[in-house]
Amino acid sequence: MATIETTATADRPIGFGRLKRKEDARFIRGKGTYLDDIRLPGMVHGAMLRSPYAHAKILSIDTSRALAHPGVAAVVTAKDLETLGLAWMPTISYDTQAVLAGDKVRFQGQEVAFVIAVDEYTARDALALIDVEYEPLPAVVNARKALDPDAPLIRDDKEGQTDNLASPLWEAGDEAATDKAFAEADTIVTRDIIYPRCHPAPLETCGMIADFNPKTGQLDIYNGNQAPNAHRTVYAHVAGLAEHMIRIRCNDIGGGFGNKVPVYPGYVCAIAGSIVAGVPVKWIEDRSENLMSTGFARDYVMHAEMCSKDGKITGLRVDVIADHGAFDSTAQPTKFPAGFFHIVCGSYDLEAAHVKVKAVYTNKAPGGVAYRCSFRITEAVYLVERMVDALALEMKVDPAQLRMRSFIGPEQFPYETTTGWTYDSGNYAATMREAMRIAGYDELRNEQAERRGRGELMGIGVSFFTEGVGAGPRKHMDILGLAMNDGADLRVHPSGKAMVSISAQTQGQGHETTFAQIVAEELGIPPEDVQVRHGDTDRTPYGLGTYGSRSTPVSGAAVAVVSRKVRDKARLIAATMLETRAEDLAWEKGRWYVKGDPEKGAMIEDIAAYAYSGDPMPEGLEGGLDAQVIYDPPNLTYPCGAYICVVDVDPDTAAVKVRRFIAVDDCGVRINPMIVEGQIHGGLAEGIGIALMEVITFDEEGNCLNGSFMDYLIPTALECPDFELGETVTPCPHHPLGAKGVGESPNVGSPPAIVNAVIDALHETHGVTHLDMPCTPARVWAAMQGRPEPPQ
Amino acid sequence: MEVTITINGEEVSRDVEPRQLLVHFIRDTPGLTGTHWGCDTSNCGACVVLMDGKPIKSCTTLAAMCVGHEIRTVESLEQNGRLDATQLGFHEKHGLHCGFCTPGMLMTARALLDHNPNPTEQDIRTAISGQICRCTGYQNIVSAIRWAAEHEAAMKQEA
Amino acid sequence: MQTPAPFDYERATSVEGAIASLAEHGPDARLIAGGHSLLPMMKLRLATPEFLIDINDLEELSYIEESVTEIRIGALTRHAELLESELLARRFPVFRDAEEVIADPVVRNRGTIGGSLCQADAAEDLSAVCAALRAQVVIRGPSGERTVGMDGFYIGPFTTAVGADEMLTEVRLPLRQGAGSAHEKVERRAGDFAIAAVSAAVWMQGGTIADAGIALGALGPTTIIASRAEEHLRGKAPSDELFAQAGEIAKEDCNPLPDGRGPADYKRHLAGVLTVRALRRAAARALQQEAH
Repeated sequence: MATIETTATADRPIGFGRLKRKEDARFIRGKGTYLDDIRLPGMVHGAMLRSPYAHAKILSIDTSRALAHPGVAAVVTAKDLETLGLAWMPTISYDTQAVLAGDKVRFQGQEVAFVIAVDEYTARDALALIDVEYEPLPAVVNARKALDPDAPLIRDDKEGQTDNLASPLWEAGDEAATDKAFAEADTIVTRDIIYPRCHPAPLETCGMIADFNPKTGQLDIYNGNQAPNAHRTVYAHVAGLAEHMIRIRCNDIGGGFGNKVPVYPGYVCAIAGSIVAGVPVKWIEDRSENLMSTGFARDYVMHAEMCSKDGKITGLRVDVIADHGAFDSTAQPTKFPAGFFHIVCGSYDLEAAHVKVKAVYTNKAPGGVAYRCSFRITEAVYLVERMVDALALEMKVDPAQLRMRSFIGPEQFPYETTTGWTYDSGNYAATMREAMRIAGYDELRNEQAERRGRGELMGIGVSFFTEGVGAGPRKHMDILGLAMNDGADLRVHPSGKAMVSISAQTQGQGHETTFAQIVAEELGIPPEDVQVRHGDTDRTPYGLGTYGSRSTPVSGAAVAVVSRKVRDKARLIAATMLETRAEDLAWEKGRWYVKGDPEKGAMIEDIAAYAYSGDPMPEGLEGGLDAQVIYDPPNLTYPCGAYICVVDVDPDTAAVKVRRFIAVDDCGVRINPMIVEGQIHGGLAEGIGIALMEVITFDEEGNCLNGSFMDYLIPTALECPDFELGETVTPCPHHPLGAKGVGESPNVGSPPAIVNAVIDALHETHGVTHLDMPCTPARVWAAMQGRPEPPQ
Repeated sequence: MEVTITINGEEVSRDVEPRQLLVHFIRDTPGLTGTHWGCDTSNCGACVVLMDGKPIKSCTTLAAMCVGHEIRTVESLEQNGRLDATQLGFHEKHGLHCGFCTPGMLMTARALLDHNPNPTEQDIRTAISGQICRCTGYQNIVSAIRWAAEHEAAMKQEA
Repeated sequence: MQTPAPFDYERATSVEGAIASLAEHGPDARLIAGGHSLLPMMKLRLATPEFLIDINDLEELSYIEESVTEIRIGALTRHAELLESELLARRFPVFRDAEEVIADPVVRNRGTIGGSLCQADAAEDLSAVCAALRAQVVIRGPSGERTVGMDGFYIGPFTTAVGADEMLTEVRLPLRQGAGSAHEKVERRAGDFAIAAVSAAVWMQGGTIADAGIALGALGPTTIIASRAEEHLRGKAPSDELFAQAGEIAKEDCNPLPDGRGPADYKRHLAGVLTVRALRRAAARALQQEAH
């Protein structure tokens, strides 16, 4: 008797395993459908005029020359949008953002006018023909200076706004208990640490095709965005359109990394343009626009103190100024204005912690939550892991040892942290030991000493992270009032093939493969027989999409649960087919069989055929074999990891080379280890970029100095080593599959490991105790001269 | 001006402005949207195609400059239903996530293997150093190209 | 993507024809070869020539040839060809050093030596290479041909001795005994322009440095020939101490501007470090050559 297990192989698992990706077929042939690949009949093109000034009054806008240019159909300004009620739009942070600037421009690159023309070249030509008169104003681009009494007021559009405070002070933890821990400590260190502004810069820029049909009132949108359902709801609200008449299709997306979460002014202009003109309008930004105006990441100015007693870390105090740019459009759950930053208590059994965050406006592009940050966990982990190293330096103990002594113990899970998190599971010491084993930690320290003797600067950096992903339970969190739940619909066809529709939105994460594997694992239907449908709001369930590593924890759970619902229905049908009771049946992958008589059973495809046939169904059960679920996660999931980085710093040029990177991740059960490893590789490369070369800076006047790939430097294959990966597995106790999510972990854990390594290379010989990112040759050299400078 | 370029062995003629970039000329040809673009400053390499067998950045080349030359794009790799070794390698080794940089990487890989059938890991990393991938961290792209080299060597042995 | 403003275009079929077109169309006409300096500027609309003369068909300008007295490189020779040339690697390994770090392999398939030199970006590597090797460039115009030494080639930032109706056609590298050369560069990331770069060439005779060429890239508004440092080396035996002194002089004589790649003091520091490194390798190569 053939069973599923005999037909499965390592290469072609039916369920979890290293299954090669189904979606590859079109991409390797160049047959993906990305936004710019879509051409609709009668389609016209938009281009955006942007402000050259960081802060200026707009005195006048003259569009007459542009309008007279052949091939130009329309030029839209704030005045035109005002009549449609679209000049301003709400943000995820309950602020407002100008769609097109009317009174003032508030950051360099801000949207000022939107041209619609017959083709892209013409649209761009027309930009040069729009005459805008500006009156420049002083700009503030330094978060620390934004609240100075003489700082220029940026948001004078907001009633009652008298300063540049974007979000009032938010606190977590226990101030009194923290004071006590510090009072009793035997070692205290203090650091000012900046996580500079950087940018997710996916290879495909942002864009949209808006296609409004005036005859039917239907608005069809093609747009690479990470949360299509949420966007649909927003557009219905903002544009006053009926939600059921809006359809958003995402097709293939060339990378997201959080950059494709927000609603951008270009989208609203394309929609407005199409509604007014009645033809499809395509708008795609260029790379400069992407870097200068879309959702950046980080820009946290932090002051921290950490203390220890009897060799163990006991307390942490953090004070943060968050730079949100000119409009507060950070994306995070409503009650969490600093996102999940308060997970800064880290992986340690602290006595107490106290966190304070306030946010300011500056004359810079809006955003802050992006780039695989897990809602500010990248900032939190960077801070705590840099502080642990700072403390280790002060205590003169090995940084890995200090961590081992201070970890939350495996017996302490589920563990409630001092700032209100309940970590689900973990064995931190085991994960750390595994990383040290793969790295050959002791040998590395010996090698370091030997090289130092020869004048070579080798550094070893450690970081350990716990992060929380898979937001989140309805009772605790929402985004814009929408629950962070995700749906799954599963239909098994009469032939036994299946389709599962999900609300997660892949931008390269391999959902067409991994979600098919979940169905395969639960039902025994081979993955090639499971179609995964996504990216179409008309044909997929509601959900909040893919970011914050939530696909596996939330959508993955939804698919597991819906598969089990189908399996339970199949059991009842099988009982009827086999003329027995449901409780007499047992399951092996792909088949229900009679417990006492294993030869007697029903394969899932036969059950499916039966469900659609005319044969009698069990009492009270409808025909067909399908189910629906909206999954409400009971908690976040908490992956962790131990990372070790080895760098060599050229003693004369100060250039840093990452020689080795060891990453041991614990993301619970792995559905497709090949895809998990790929995610980790990608995030580690991004971490190298952030630690060594990626940064968005401004001069005093607010001019953006990194507005192209000539100066926003992304690592190439020559900057990345062969990554050495390991794993430990502590399943998530509340997730149906025991899986935790991993997409952002490598970006969370790697920058501190790299910076810790650079400082480790320079501490003994040059006395360096801190250096902010990016650790470019010039900045490392300045640190070696005793003058480490902040990035701005 | 009338421009005729040989793309994937076929002549494509169109009336274009002199300023039309090769990447747009290619992408405006039906069925040839596999060649992508990702920046403004010739840094990202999403636009890489082959000109006379050598990788070039098609965003930094005028269509007019390619008259009289042979352009090959990703769509030319699969022949008579058979995938090229490079394409098989990227699939075998998970050398792609979002797929946006993939066509450019495949073309550079193809040209590399045509020039150097047994590249070292360093040769491969250097060959793709002008092209950015945000998703993979490059490691599996390197493995994929190594796989393709070994696969082609094995096929030659058998033949 | 950003796109260029409109322009007219023609393909040159001869050098004379290209020069005649330049004269005919005046200062708004530009030659285009590889186009990897010009086209990006045009896409950003920082350059808006109205007429482009495409010289890529002028195959007669693509060559690397050796005679008894010199190596001649045609202006249209691509970076990739310069990198792969075994002849150049033997005679002037500084070329291969530089080409390995110029842009990236894909760009190198198109960019040309003529284009690079004429772009006159102080951070451009071949300018330093040619200056260190005492190259002469051949410039052709309506009234004929002339040669200019690298010391007279760069007039100011992004400005060369090539007139508006002239074309650079050839680079000549004099061959002398006992040569060794090397290029050193520090960049923020592979493929980036130099934070600082130094090309050094030495010509050894009987155990001493008969002549030296040292050129500094990205260390001033134009490529700088470090003549005082060169002078300091003449007639002396190579040693770490000597090179360190030359490095100090190079530091004094460079004029780095602070920018996104680094502040002036760091660049000045690199001038010293890279001069020493380039001289060390150039001298070692010269001695190796002698041994053969």
